[in-house]
Amino acid sequence: MGVQELRRSFPILEKRVNNRPLVYLDNAATTQKPLEVIERISNYYREENSNIHRGAHYLSNLATEAYENARKSIRSFINAENSSEIIFTRGTTESINLVAHSFGEKYLKKGDEIVISAMEHHSNIVPWQIACSRHEARLRVVPITAGGELDMDAFRSILGEKTRLAAITHVSNALGTINPAREIIEIAHKNDTPVLIDGAQATPHMKVDVRELDCDFYCFSGHKMYGPMGVGVLYGKEKWLNEMPPYQSGGEMIKDVSFEKTTYNELPFRFEAGTPNVADVLGLEAATSFITRLGYDDIASHEVELLEYAKEKLGQIEKLRFLASPRRQSSVLSFIFDDIHPYDTGVLLDKMGVAVRTGHHCTQPLMDILEVPGTVRASFGVYNTTEEVDILADALARIREMLA
Amino acid sequence: MGNIKEKENEIIREFELFDDWMDKYNYLIELGKSLPPIDEKYKTDKYLVKGCQARVWLYAEHNDGRVKYSADSDALITKGIIALLIRVLSGQAAGDIIKNDMSFIDEIGLREHLSQTRSNGLANMIKQMKLYALAFEKAG
Ligand SMILES: Cc1ncc(COP(=O)(O)O)c(C=O)c1O
Repeated sequence: MGVQELRRSFPILEKRVNNRPLVYLDNAATTQKPLEVIERISNYYREENSNIHRGAHYLSNLATEAYENARKSIRSFINAENSSEIIFTRGTTESINLVAHSFGEKYLKKGDEIVISAMEHHSNIVPWQIACSRHEARLRVVPITAGGELDMDAFRSILGEKTRLAAITHVSNALGTINPAREIIEIAHKNDTPVLIDGAQATPHMKVDVRELDCDFYCFSGHKMYGPMGVGVLYGKEKWLNEMPPYQSGGEMIKDVSFEKTTYNELPFRFEAGTPNVADVLGLEAATSFITRLGYDDIASHEVELLEYAKEKLGQIEKLRFLASPRRQSSVLSFIFDDIHPYDTGVLLDKMGVAVRTGHHCTQPLMDILEVPGTVRASFGVYNTTEEVDILADALARIREMLA
Repeated sequence: MGNIKEKENEIIREFELFDDWMDKYNYLIELGKSLPPIDEKYKTDKYLVKGCQARVWLYAEHNDGRVKYSADSDALITKGIIALLIRVLSGQAAGDIIKNDMSFIDEIGLREHLSQTRSNGLANMIKQMKLYALAFEKAG
């Protein structure tokens, strides 16, 4: 499908901003939604809405079936072994919090260590800080190289007898670096260390096969992969999930309740307390069909073309510096003018109809390491075009002049 | 020197002359560049206004019943907006500063800088200016 035709499935892309056509280059923050996702959600409320796993009536059965089928679709999308290993959450943040809490309760002891990296998003830092402080464990941070890649030698040497878990991002949201997840997991497993992968920035761009990766946990968000906000996934190997105590408690997650004793439900329901977000789970399923139909190979080749083109065009602009030059990079490009604050760049780009993200991208420790107050980040999705990269480059050249 | 309303009206008239955003922002940038520097000793964390994407330092003193502000930022557009705020509020009586609703920002089309998505930088800046005025008024 041509990109122009594809754009027609995204109604929001027709919007004008500040009297100019919207150029949406903030896809790493959230992607826009195709009609099929929007319609799936709306259709659920029109035709199927009912509480699930409870009533024995027609609608309840319909909704339950749709919800559980979505779980099967997600299982197949990431090639998990069992549907019971797919837990629906509010997003990556909640998925990580769940593991930090429940894995921490079961396995973290005084003096133990959790390993993260210097390029983690706050949501893969703070939950571990809290778990560590609760169990008197220690947080260890793997540094990055000058090119913005994970320092693999440092990773190898940081692992030890006390390491209980490594939590590493698949793709950096601030730099676009694609980490060698397979290798990371292999190294950690040699040390008997389970690995959680933060896949929030990976699932929009590349095929994730959790069995091939052999990761112990994998987390991602619907809204970054053309799906709705408010829904995400935690994949966990059954052998871990079965041992972990519940995270939240209430309805759905129980088998029997008396005031003396409660027995918990089996996987995955044990980790899905309360009425789930059925509509958005169905929207997420629709997003995975959308991606599958486009195909990750075509998505990647389109996005690589945009990234390379952007690097070439932006690289010609005076005093513009890229923040990282990783060997493998997703379609995220972080840059800065050495003499212009990223905030000024962002405000002026917005005036020209270009939406990018400026600031620290929820990676303050990384900004400190790079010694910048923040960056300007352009991130591309399936519907972006080389013409939009031209508009970005022209706008930046103009800002260069305005602030000279 | 005029009162707050007169100063606001003066700025509104100036901004009416611009027919596009480019002129307006070029003017803001120029204002930012010409903002009198803050004494370096106030460029510390203690004087940092919280919640701005760009760093903003704000200092105020009270002399002869008038509040005098000085400020700086590492972003130029932010500095330009600060220059406008200082032009309106600096040298005024604390009581007048507290009462003023700063509606001129709306009228000159810079309302978006008050929004949450800008990390509420300008809103925090105004709040901090008013807090200074309030403290001075209380102290007499
Ligand atoms: C790498 C990474 N991890 C985690 C998150 C958090 O995702 P969410 O806000 O959807 O929970 C994000 C989103 O900004 C991200 O980019």
